[in-house]
Amino acid sequence: MEIEKPFDYIERIPGGAIITTTVDKVLEWGRECSLWYFHFGLACCAIEVLMAAGAARFDLDRFGMMFRATPRQSDLMIVAGTVTKKMAPRVKRLYDQMADPKYVIATGSCANAGGPFADSYAVLKGVDLIIPVDVYVPGCPPRPEALIYGVQKLKEKMRSQVAKKHNLSEEENKANV
Amino acid sequence: MSETTESTVRKAFPEAVLDASEIDGVLNLKLAANFLLDVCRLLYSHDDLSFDYLADITAIDWRDRIEVVYRLTNLATNAKVVLRVDLDRNDPQVESVSSVWKGAEWQEREVYDLMGVRFIGHPDLRRILLPEDWEGHPLRKDYVIPD
Repeated sequence: MEIEKPFDYIERIPGGAIITTTVDKVLEWGRECSLWYFHFGLACCAIEVLMAAGAARFDLDRFGMMFRATPRQSDLMIVAGTVTKKMAPRVKRLYDQMADPKYVIATGSCANAGGPFADSYAVLKGVDLIIPVDVYVPGCPPRPEALIYGVQKLKEKMRSQVAKKHNLSEEENKANV
Repeated sequence: MSETTESTVRKAFPEAVLDASEIDGVLNLKLAANFLLDVCRLLYSHDDLSFDYLADITAIDWRDRIEVVYRLTNLATNAKVVLRVDLDRNDPQVESVSSVWKGAEWQEREVYDLMGVRFIGHPDLRRILLPEDWEGHPLRKDYVIPD
């Protein structure tokens, strides 16, 4: 997937050296370029998606995404794996400990909807029952590319939230440098 | 070895063994529940048998009764024996063997958690896998999964 230039937000007066923008856009640009993520690995998806996507071959670092082991330093929670009913209060608590603005990606069938364990007595039928989810990445498990695509979708969503706040159309929001 | 195990138990507790059979080459002893702890002590402390390892405790819901299954192993000779006790399904109770094998503690907690068998004399009988406020015992055949 083609990655949009972060400077797409910033308008420059033609021929001049002055850049005009809004504080919201700059903050959003900063956020989307440093999406530090909280690795909530609960089952096999944590190996397949987060570890593979974070390691050298796929390398989330190149998107400015650094793995944090604490919710207090994270902007994004990646829930990867089966959320059991016993774990659910902990997931909720750790989500509550993240500072705003915070985002959630649910990775894999289990986190999305319970997956193969949907009929089990012990498994939550989707992490969206306890915390709001921004992007769902399907698959059992998804490929690391799918997670990266999900991250790009999340960035689009973050941008569109800024556009919504300023009543900008899609084109205006992507005003070229 | 099987005959020795069976005859040793029968000799020590003539009324304990209700049935004996061989399944996949392993002796299965159906015991009266009130003799279970005595038989376990005997099998553990007997000089020749010396079943020093409790490999597994599990339970089966047969709908009309609950059967608790103990799989014992002698680690030196690799001899095995299976003990089975039938319990009343409405109020399944059996004596804890955690005084014989310390490792039985968590296994009995698991059986209690999922099947609702109460182990008398267990030092700390509470749920081990499910949340502490869970209602019911999910591996019972009549368990209804909550929404």
